[in-house]
Amino acid sequence: MAYSDKVIDHYNNPRNVGSFPKETPGVGTGLVGAPECGDVMKLQIKVNLDTGVIEDAKFKTFGCGSAIASSSLATEWLKGKTVDEAAKIKNTDIVNELKLPPVKIHCSVLAEDAIKAALTDYKEKSAARVVGAAS
Amino acid sequence: MALKFPIFMDAQSTTPVDPRVLDVMLPYFTERFGHPASRNHSFGWEAENAVDRAREQIASLIGARDPKEIIFTSGGTESINLALKGVAEMYREKGNHIVTTAIEQRAGLDVCKRLERQGFEVAYVPVGADGLIDVDLIRRAITDKTILISVMFANNEIGTIQDISSVGKLAKEKGILFHTDATQAVGKVPVNVEAMGVDLLSCTAHLIYGSKGVGALYVRRKAPRVRLAPMIDGGGHERGMRSGTLPVPLIVGFGRASEICREVMPEESARLAKMRDRLQDAILSSVDEAYLNGHPERRLPHNLNISFAYVEGESVLMGLNKESALASGSACTSATLEPSYVIAALGASTELAHSSIRFSLHRFTTGEEVEYVGRRTIEVVQRLREMSPLYELAKEGVDIKSIHWKAE
Repeated sequence: MAYSDKVIDHYNNPRNVGSFPKETPGVGTGLVGAPECGDVMKLQIKVNLDTGVIEDAKFKTFGCGSAIASSSLATEWLKGKTVDEAAKIKNTDIVNELKLPPVKIHCSVLAEDAIKAALTDYKEKSAARVVGAAS
Repeated sequence: MALKFPIFMDAQSTTPVDPRVLDVMLPYFTERFGHPASRNHSFGWEAENAVDRAREQIASLIGARDPKEIIFTSGGTESINLALKGVAEMYREKGNHIVTTAIEQRAGLDVCKRLERQGFEVAYVPVGADGLIDVDLIRRAITDKTILISVMFANNEIGTIQDISSVGKLAKEKGILFHTDATQAVGKVPVNVEAMGVDLLSCTAHLIYGSKGVGALYVRRKAPRVRLAPMIDGGGHERGMRSGTLPVPLIVGFGRASEICREVMPEESARLAKMRDRLQDAILSSVDEAYLNGHPERRLPHNLNISFAYVEGESVLMGLNKESALASGSACTSATLEPSYVIAALGASTELAHSSIRFSLHRFTTGEEVEYVGRRTIEVVQRLREMSPLYELAKEGVDIKSIHWKAE
């Protein structure tokens, strides 16, 4: 299968590979997929607690080139967005940007799931912190 | 010598035509273009003689007693189809049961599935962790309705070579026909249908430096005389088992390719095995949690199949494909999204089945190429592990199996 230039670029020069310590305030972590399915994505966001803006994002992905590219692109798009804006990123946006063929659409779905999981984790932790601070 | 890119190390998918093979083929496209079934003029006689010479060369490579036992087909897939369907139809009254293995190549498995839809019953014997079939399991799978045992000689992914002689002996003892898919083995390791008790054998030219588009089915004529219902009806060529005008140039090349393989096999297999072993040692000694798939000794000399834990196969190939051509059992390299059923049949975790890479060497592979591909593979795997969440978890001491994954 031939890859689009953008997939090749993200594969060769992945943006934002790495990890934040999970417990740092403002960090939300999403871990989605399953090893037996051949795809696992870990996507993390680091939110500025004062502004609610995602200041940084990191990923690590086990999967094919399209999965790596989808998560790399997701981290690029997340940076600078507010948490609410980030929730609006759709897998179809990733498909269009990377020109993924039908057989690779599940990679973009997984990236969207990873974004959602990271946002949920961030919100749950923030809520817990507020509750913790109040008590 | 400077390396020439891309390096081809996927010789179990196909091989280049040996220039010596091409040389003998060429005149049969132009001057000697006769139809081998034209019995009344010299063009036909010339073509028929050339085809018969090729039959002898192929018969000699596989130890067949009589060149007439070689039936030409379009390739391995057709040979397997003809063997299985031809026996099933011809011997249906004797029984409707077939014994085969879980790791046959797709043609074998898909023909069996079709036969099952037509009322046949098929037993798929599992393999051990090393890829070897336990002949005793075949014995136990046999019923009084079994008409055929079909076991591949050497596996296309892991290269594991089965104990064909023991299966042949068992088949003889039970009076059951025995077919072996030897597409990967013929020309690479000694094959002898007489000594091994094989009744039907499938092989193909393009894996032994001949052309794509031609294969052969060995069909035993004596003790027992095997009969087959043809799949293609027509002029009654090939003893009525496979009608259609023979592709004479391709067949001439197949013959010459077989002759060369027979001559060079001892030297070539030793040379390829040595390079393969070097590649294997280089990779296994520098990458942790890299696992050899298949039997370490009983395998094809040019095959190496390794699973790299925590990285996905296609992503490894993507890192190499500008400079070298390899194969993966990863789902992502195929349209099915299912990982290698062969690696999975070894009992490895599905994750490792997604992570397998097959290196297959060939006649023209050089030591420099092997050294280069080995070094680059190690680099790519290490780079991908740096971005693998599974590798990170493993390094933190987390048991990946303990995580509750939400499988799609």
